[in-house]
Amino acid sequence: MQAADSTDRAAENRMTAIHLAIAFVALFIGVSTGVLQALEHGGVDLYPKVKPLVHSYYQGLTLHGVLNVLVFTTFFICGLFQFIAPRALGEPLASRRLGWATVAVMAVGLVLAAIPILTDAASVLFTFYPPMKAHWAFYVGLTLVVIGTWMVFANLVLTHRSWRTKNPDRGTPLPAFMCLVTLAMWTIASLGIATEMLVVVIPWALGLRAGVDPLLARTLFWLTGHPIVYFWVLAAYVSWYTLIPRQVGGRLFSEPMARGAFILFLVLSAPIGFHHQYTDPGIARGWKFVHGFLTFAVFFPSLLTFFNVVASIESGARARGGKGLFAWLLKVPWGDPSVVAQILAMGTFAFGGIGGLINASLSMNLLVHNTTWVPGHLHLTVGTAVTLTFMGISYWLVPHLRGRALWSRKLAVGQAWLWIVGMFVFSHSMHRLGLLGVPRRTAIGMAPYLKPEWGLDLKLVAIGGTVLFVSALSFFFNMLMTVVASREPAPAPVDLAVYAEGSSGQSGRLFDRWGIWVAASLILISIAYGPSLLRMWSTAPFDVVGLRVW
Amino acid sequence: MMSDEKAVTEPKEDYAWYVYELAWILPSVALPVGMLAALLVTSFGSGIHLPGDSGRVEMSKISSTAPFDKPGLVQLSPGHYEARYIGQIWAFTPAEIHVPVGSTVTFVATSRDVVHGFYIHGANVNMMLVPGQVSRLTTHFDKAGEYQVLCHEYCGIAHHTMYGRVIVDP
Repeated sequence: MQAADSTDRAAENRMTAIHLAIAFVALFIGVSTGVLQALEHGGVDLYPKVKPLVHSYYQGLTLHGVLNVLVFTTFFICGLFQFIAPRALGEPLASRRLGWATVAVMAVGLVLAAIPILTDAASVLFTFYPPMKAHWAFYVGLTLVVIGTWMVFANLVLTHRSWRTKNPDRGTPLPAFMCLVTLAMWTIASLGIATEMLVVVIPWALGLRAGVDPLLARTLFWLTGHPIVYFWVLAAYVSWYTLIPRQVGGRLFSEPMARGAFILFLVLSAPIGFHHQYTDPGIARGWKFVHGFLTFAVFFPSLLTFFNVVASIESGARARGGKGLFAWLLKVPWGDPSVVAQILAMGTFAFGGIGGLINASLSMNLLVHNTTWVPGHLHLTVGTAVTLTFMGISYWLVPHLRGRALWSRKLAVGQAWLWIVGMFVFSHSMHRLGLLGVPRRTAIGMAPYLKPEWGLDLKLVAIGGTVLFVSALSFFFNMLMTVVASREPAPAPVDLAVYAEGSSGQSGRLFDRWGIWVAASLILISIAYGPSLLRMWSTAPFDVVGLRVW
Repeated sequence: MMSDEKAVTEPKEDYAWYVYELAWILPSVALPVGMLAALLVTSFGSGIHLPGDSGRVEMSKISSTAPFDKPGLVQLSPGHYEARYIGQIWAFTPAEIHVPVGSTVTFVATSRDVVHGFYIHGANVNMMLVPGQVSRLTTHFDKAGEYQVLCHEYCGIAHHTMYGRVIVDP
């Protein structure tokens, strides 16, 4: 029988729904700019046709990056975690007021950042490297969105504390444990971008400081910029570990291994940002090596995840009658769109992970840095492992929030497969083009140095990007129809309340020693970054003036 | 269903599971360690290095600070050259250099304005030009031909037009 959760979740559901709605609008605009870019690479320049809305390739690219990887991801994760964690704890969200204040702060931040971007006053891409200087509202707005995530963390910490007073000896229920570890990791990591904004960039953007130090700004950005990808990935892992095993009719293979993996991410996600700066001046090679070594180390918990999640899926497939060394794969519920999308996302992530290891390989980075190899890689990871998983989650979450069944399961299953087809064409060609010397973040269709040998793969990029866009449109259409036109009642989603009722084994309490893990994380960041940041800070003349270069 | 919930929340008592976990953990550690070792041995062996910390240059004094006061190619000794570059919106100075095949060239560069890239495909040259910082990387040209020097970091509306050439003469 269902574990009882008598809490009134109506207000919480509304908050989650608003977060998801904003996330989807952001993704819609984000993928629309994406298809323009892919076509531009293939020689089809549609930018003159979209002139009042999008002024240039680079303004479009700013929208693409900011809306996809800063807005869509953050808003979706905040909505998802506020849904999952309280239910897994069997507690109401600690403060509804704080919850609504969070929605307000994040929405205001989004609008503040959106206006300069849309009016071509902030065409600086999502990395906004100084001394390119955007309108101050761009920076303030993004900072508010980050502050919103801290408010979500605070609310869930308070919710957990309320649970802890009633359960002094139990380990935190796994889904809530994972949400909290992810937010703890993110909050620590976000100190980099918060420092960059509050100390270096916003005073300069407001005119209170004449100059900036570009290397210091970049370094603080990437202190956050690497762990932010784990903020996204771990959110997907929460579903892969705690929901997917039961959606396929099985069970999680090893709970201690899952908790251990998340603690490793908490400690190892942040002190590795130099692998985005391997080709930067002003940073000693020795420190670049330290970050490279730690980057190889953080690959380990993802390998654990691969093993644990696949074993869990196998347990479900065998429970449904699957046999043989590999034939059990056929007994996975391939008609369930949420399962299909997420399993396809997992398979794709293997390629993204391998590519990531190559990127992290110190001198090998000379071959791929800032070429199209990198967006080839990141569309497999954030673009598929994360985005397709979030779409898969939406296929049960949106019907549940609306109280109506998904409008078309067949369309949803087809959408997931179409995404994979488009992504493999797009990403494969982007990887190849990178190895042939094509730069990223560039309107390559208009470049005077365009080489004929790039022609075929550039056309494949355009084709792959168009297929992805069609897949995305079918996702949005299905979501829209579910909300406005679906008549059937929603099926019961995976029950999170069982986690609140069940025991979590002896290992659970051991992993709850938050103080130790947070301290380990901060110590490692101090060692990996401290000396370099201190040197940069003490030798920086802060004399580089801002420029509008678009 | 009752049994489904029980399966989720009851801890396993079968100790054989630890064998499976260990069977995965050991290669999961060995593989990245092996890759890292192979990587370090081969790159040190080939003399391929990432850019390091090569000091600062004062932004307002680039035109009067060596070596950027005289951008261009300088021969240090037979077969060894230093190429001094300035990146700016939206061009490299010098736009083109010629070196004989078999040369070892050290690129020393900086930016006059925003962050630029400095990328020579096929020559193991890939560095960022950050205003106020000196970027330095040495490579060896053992194949003749025309190499493009591309800016691969967004630096403004005409970023895609920013490029130069290294001609390696046979």
